[in-house]
Amino acid sequence: MDAMAILSIFVLSVFVGFEVVSKVSSTLHTPLMSGANAIHGVILVGAIIVADHSETNLELGLSLAAIVLATINMVGGFVVTDRMLEMFKGQKK
Amino acid sequence: MSRTLYDLIGLAAGIAFILALKGLSHPKTARRGNLIGAFGAGLATLVVFFYASPSVYGKAESSLPLNNLGWILGAIAVGLIIGVPAARRVQMTQMPQLVALFNGVGGGAAALVAIVEYLNLGSEATTAQVVFTVFTVIVGCVSFSGSIITFMKLQELMTSRPVIFPAGRFVIAATLASVIGVGGWVVSALGTTPLLILAALSLLFGVLFVLPVGGADVPIVISLLNAFTGLTVAASGYVLDSVLLIIAGTLVGASGTILTRLMADAMGRSLFGTLFGAFTAKAQDASGVAEDRPVRSGSADDVAILLNYARRVVIVPGFGLAVAQAQHTVRELADLMISKGIDVAYGIHPVAGRMPGHMNVLLAEANVPYDQLVEMDEVNPTFGQTDVAIVIGANDVVNPAAKTTPGCPIYGMPILEVSNAANIIFLKRSMRPGFAGIENELLYDPKTMLLFGDAKSSLTKVVSALKAL
Repeated sequence: MDAMAILSIFVLSVFVGFEVVSKVSSTLHTPLMSGANAIHGVILVGAIIVADHSETNLELGLSLAAIVLATINMVGGFVVTDRMLEMFKGQKK
Repeated sequence: MSRTLYDLIGLAAGIAFILALKGLSHPKTARRGNLIGAFGAGLATLVVFFYASPSVYGKAESSLPLNNLGWILGAIAVGLIIGVPAARRVQMTQMPQLVALFNGVGGGAAALVAIVEYLNLGSEATTAQVVFTVFTVIVGCVSFSGSIITFMKLQELMTSRPVIFPAGRFVIAATLASVIGVGGWVVSALGTTPLLILAALSLLFGVLFVLPVGGADVPIVISLLNAFTGLTVAASGYVLDSVLLIIAGTLVGASGTILTRLMADAMGRSLFGTLFGAFTAKAQDASGVAEDRPVRSGSADDVAILLNYARRVVIVPGFGLAVAQAQHTVRELADLMISKGIDVAYGIHPVAGRMPGHMNVLLAEANVPYDQLVEMDEVNPTFGQTDVAIVIGANDVVNPAAKTTPGCPIYGMPILEVSNAANIIFLKRSMRPGFAGIENELLYDPKTMLLFGDAKSSLTKVVSALKAL
C-alpha cells in the first residue's frame, strides 16, 4: 500500500486512540487496560497469515506457536475483562 | 472474497475496536464496549479464512483454502483450551498478573510473527519493511520478557520490591545501546544469527527494564508494555499489508500511552520516576530500624466496642481484603453498623490492591452500594470528623512516609489520611510491611489498635462481637 496512505491511517489512529480514553475514572483503569490488551490479540490475524504462507517446518512451527499465544491473548483477554466488568453491574444507580 | 470486501470488513473491525475503547471509558457502557471489541476481533479472525492473502513479505500469493489449515485450526483450539479456563477460573486477586501474562504472550506472538517474516524477507523487501520487522522483534521481545517479570512480581514468585544492581543505570543503558546497534546490523546484514542475538538482547533488556520497578508501580509498567505490544501489532500490519492490524495496534499503542499517564497521575508519580526512580532514590532500608518497638494490639471485642460508640466510621480496604476474600464479611459489618445508626463510608484509594480500581471491583462483587464508596479526594477532608478508621489489609496507601520521607519508594503518592481520624484500627496478618516494602509509622501511633489475623476471620469475630453488644 502507498506509504502516504499508511502514514495517514497511523497518525489519525493515534489521535483517535488519544481522544477516546482522555477522561477515564480510576475505577475503570484496570478493565480498560485489560480490554486494550485483548484488542492487540488481533495479532492472531497476522499469525494466521504467516502460517498460511509457511513453507518450511521451522516457519510453520514458529507461526503455530504465535497462533497459540495470540489466541490466548485475545480470547483470554476479552473473557477476563468481561469478568471484571460483570462485578460492576450491581452498581447501577 | 474480493480485496475490497476483505478491507471493508477489516474497517468494520477497526471501528468496533474504537467503539470498544470508547465504551470501556465509561462505567455504564464498559461491558457492552468489551463485547463490541470481542465481536470485532472475532470478525477479523474469521474473515482471514475466506481471503487468499496476496504476496506479502516476499511470499507468493496464497489460495483458498489456506495452507496448513488443519494446523492453524488446531493451534487456535490449543490457545482456546489454555486461555479460556485460565481467564474463567482466575481469582479476583490474581487478575492483575493474568493481564500481565496475557500481554506478555501477545508480545511474544508479535515477535514470533516478525521472526517468520524476517526469515522470508527477500532482496526485494523495502528498507521500511525490514526496519518495521526488526522493530517488532525488539519491542515484542521486550514486552514478552518484561511482562513475565511483572507477572512473577505480582504472583510473588520473586520479590516485589525494586531490584537494584550495581551500576544499574549504566547496565540498562548499555543493553539498550547494544540492542539498537545489533538492530542496525540486522537491518543491513539480513542474517539469522544476528537476529537471534538481537532477540536474546531484547529479552534481556525487557528483564532489566522491569526489575528496578517495584511495589505499587508494577501496574503502570504493565500498562506501558501493553502500549508497546500495540505498536508491534501496528508494525506487523505494515509488513503484512493489513490495515486492520495498523488501526488496532495504533489504537492500543496510543490509548495505552494515555492510560499509563493517567495511572501514573493517579498515584502522583511521574512516568520517569516510576521507571528509574529506584536508581535515583537515596535507597534507605527501613527494616531493622523499628522492628521491636511496642505496638498496641487489641481483641475483636475491643474493636467492636470502639465501633459501637462511633458516629462515623471509614473503612479503608486493601489487598489483604482481596486475599482473604473478605468482601462479603466487610459488607456485613458495614450493614450492621449502619443499622446501629453509624455513618459508614469506604475510603477507596485509586491504587489500593494490586491494580487501580481493584477495590471497586471487589466490593461491587459483594453488592456494596456505589454511594458508600468514596474516592480519595472526597474522603480525605472528612477524616477529621471520623471517629474510627478501619484499615483492612492495606498499608502503603495509608503510609504517611509518602508525605514525610523523601526518597522512599512511595514518596509523593497521595495517601488516605487516616492519621487524622480519632482512632485507627489496622486489621493485619502480621507486622510485615506492605507491597512497597516500607515500614509504616502509623502502626506505632498511640491511637492505633492492631487486630492480627486473616481479614475474614478477624471481621467475622468483630461482627459477632458487635452483634452481642
